[in-house]
Amino acid sequence: MNKFTVSGSPHIYGDDSTKKIMYGVVIAMIPTILFSIYFFGVDAIRVFVIAIAASIFFEWVIQKYLIKGPLTINDGSALVTAILLALNLPSNLPSWIIIIGALVAIGMAKMSFGGLGKNVFNPALVARVFLLVSFPVQMTSWPKPSPITDGLADVITGPTPLGFLKENLDAGKSISELKSQLPTYTQGLMGDMGGSMGEVSALALILGGVYMLWKKIITWHIPVSMLLTVAIFSGIFWGIDPEHYADPVFHMLTGGMLLGAIFMATDMVTSPMTKSGQLVFGFGVGLLTILIRMWGAYPEGVSFAILLMNATVPLINKGFKPKRFGIVK
Amino acid sequence: MGILRTFALGGIHPAEDKLSSNAPIETIPVPKQAIVPLGQNLGAPSKSIVKKGDMVKVGQLLAEAGGFISTPIHSPVSGKVFKIDNAIDGSGYKRPAIIINVEGDEWDESIDTSTKIESEIKLSPKEIIDRIKNCGVVGMGGATFPTYVKLMPPPGKTAEYLLINGVECEPYLTADHRLMLEKGQEIVIGIRILMNALNVEKAFIGIENNKPDAINHITELVKAYDGIEVQSLKVQYPQGGEKQLIKASLNREVPSGKLPIEVGCVVQNVGTAFAVYEAVQKNKPLFERVVTVTGKAVKKPSNFLARIGTPISQLIEAAEGLPEDTGKIIGGGPMMGKSVTSLDIPIVKGSSGLLLMKKEESSRPVASSCIRCSKCTNVCPMGLEPFLLSRAAKLGNFEMAENESIMDCIECGSCQYTCPAAIPLLDYLRLGKMKVGNIMRNRK
Repeated sequence: MNKFTVSGSPHIYGDDSTKKIMYGVVIAMIPTILFSIYFFGVDAIRVFVIAIAASIFFEWVIQKYLIKGPLTINDGSALVTAILLALNLPSNLPSWIIIIGALVAIGMAKMSFGGLGKNVFNPALVARVFLLVSFPVQMTSWPKPSPITDGLADVITGPTPLGFLKENLDAGKSISELKSQLPTYTQGLMGDMGGSMGEVSALALILGGVYMLWKKIITWHIPVSMLLTVAIFSGIFWGIDPEHYADPVFHMLTGGMLLGAIFMATDMVTSPMTKSGQLVFGFGVGLLTILIRMWGAYPEGVSFAILLMNATVPLINKGFKPKRFGIVK
Repeated sequence: MGILRTFALGGIHPAEDKLSSNAPIETIPVPKQAIVPLGQNLGAPSKSIVKKGDMVKVGQLLAEAGGFISTPIHSPVSGKVFKIDNAIDGSGYKRPAIIINVEGDEWDESIDTSTKIESEIKLSPKEIIDRIKNCGVVGMGGATFPTYVKLMPPPGKTAEYLLINGVECEPYLTADHRLMLEKGQEIVIGIRILMNALNVEKAFIGIENNKPDAINHITELVKAYDGIEVQSLKVQYPQGGEKQLIKASLNREVPSGKLPIEVGCVVQNVGTAFAVYEAVQKNKPLFERVVTVTGKAVKKPSNFLARIGTPISQLIEAAEGLPEDTGKIIGGGPMMGKSVTSLDIPIVKGSSGLLLMKKEESSRPVASSCIRCSKCTNVCPMGLEPFLLSRAAKLGNFEMAENESIMDCIECGSCQYTCPAAIPLLDYLRLGKMKVGNIMRNRK
């Protein structure tokens, strides 16, 4: 008597998997990782290694001893969170703070909701914001990029272009007075300016974004809607008063704008499920970012904007349904 | 060929694996014993009119329709009724069947057995419908809905177009493809007959462009007829779904919960058109069909013309045997087919193919957590949210499932095929549909 497997249809499967998606994101981050190592040297490697080791360790400990469920540390999701966290940190951050960051990201923001796919907020961003409010000094002393090729010079710290701009605008200066001290577009594109490890090179981030679009890991909806919103709003104010409002390109190239638009806001778990919902989500992130940058207490607003919009995702999912076949509204 | 049409929402493109597309249709010898299940159409099972010991001829009536949505069944073989008993069929359950011990191959005299193609249509529309009904013709694509019912639009509705489904969007299957190549003339006459029965002026034959030979052949054949047109369609699953085909061909959307006739369409499969030709022009009831036997380990992927009631083991033997490595046998295609439990089950009117899967292909990938990638939603051809519906069904929230249009699910499996976490979405969707269906019926 032959024994055959009996199961419901379908009987064939596509070749996509969670693991493939996660490692696809890792591949997309490689240019940015390389750029950050180029600019911040051995310290950058240290941040990556500690963030990755700590994140995977915490995920393993929590799964094994607290949840006592299946171990899924190989699925790549903790690795993605760890690299994203590292990219959101300054390269001179003390190691013990990085470990706390990993614990917050994995333990608090991810596993306490039930693990992969169940968290409401982007784990890496929760950790970044947690560290920012807990260790404001360490989190905002940004080393100036010094290419490895220049040799091991003493690390000089300074503000990010956004921080510099905000401070001086608040002190009553105008943009034309500051122009010479702000990074040029080329510097912004290449990443030759102060900031978190992953916030420096626009070019490397865009490269990663193109890869993820090609591999269908992300769709264009969130990044385009977010960046367009930023461009339009910053453009309006810049058009009215270019002495007190930075131009749209400056906004695009500085701070966490591209890192956020390409890698953070597009996080599948914490963004809406439909195309229309994703457009709304991107619009919200863009709008909140520009509001915080222009009028908030912090020079940078991408992290807060994404986290705030993460909270609205269930609502967006309810309100923005796909177009149903054969149902006319 | 111009712009290729296709449907708008969702869809996937699995590997086509049409291994048997070059294998001409071969006739399988009559079996020693035929097992003829009484439930072979969608709707009520048929009622047996023969008893143990009766002698029957090929084409003789064995069972009559058991209700409005039901069809008669005719003997696929000649011989003696051995018994009327329960036998395992494609569902995996034992169900009533007429079992006939075969003696010779003697056909009922009323069947025109000549090979001449009969192109003149002599019957009136009403006579055509009666003939199709009496010959037990059902939808040959696999759904087995009684064909004559579709030819009688409900009061107030009229058919404007006849759509002929030559899409065969399921991977592996090639029965319709071969039939179009080898029985094209008969199919076209069958289409003409169906147009007469429905009183429509226009028929479209939808064929995916992975079958250019069939497109060319049928295009050539329909030149002799007014109002029949071939549409070549972009390959996309599930284009063979009625609603998807209508959308692709005519850009009309069948409203939720309604039938194609709502937008003036009747859809029939090419295999059905062939069966209609045989019934109307040759007075031949539906007792045999083309079945693809295929699979990556199958030595000779084939297309067979087999009598209803032939055990599938005989077809597998004809394809040079069951590969040792077989882990699963599917009746139908890999996307919507049903896995069968035994080699003894018979070919029925709805058997479009037998797919033999290797052991390594037979088990499902291990499911993991939903990562909310929304790919299931993107591929759903009905614009549903499978992740949400499956969760609602799993948690028993059938009210939500109903409000989120679970009953519109056509069970094409695109969501589960696509899911990177390999979640058995369709299992839950089927459960949800069953429960919601019951709730809706009780409400009436």
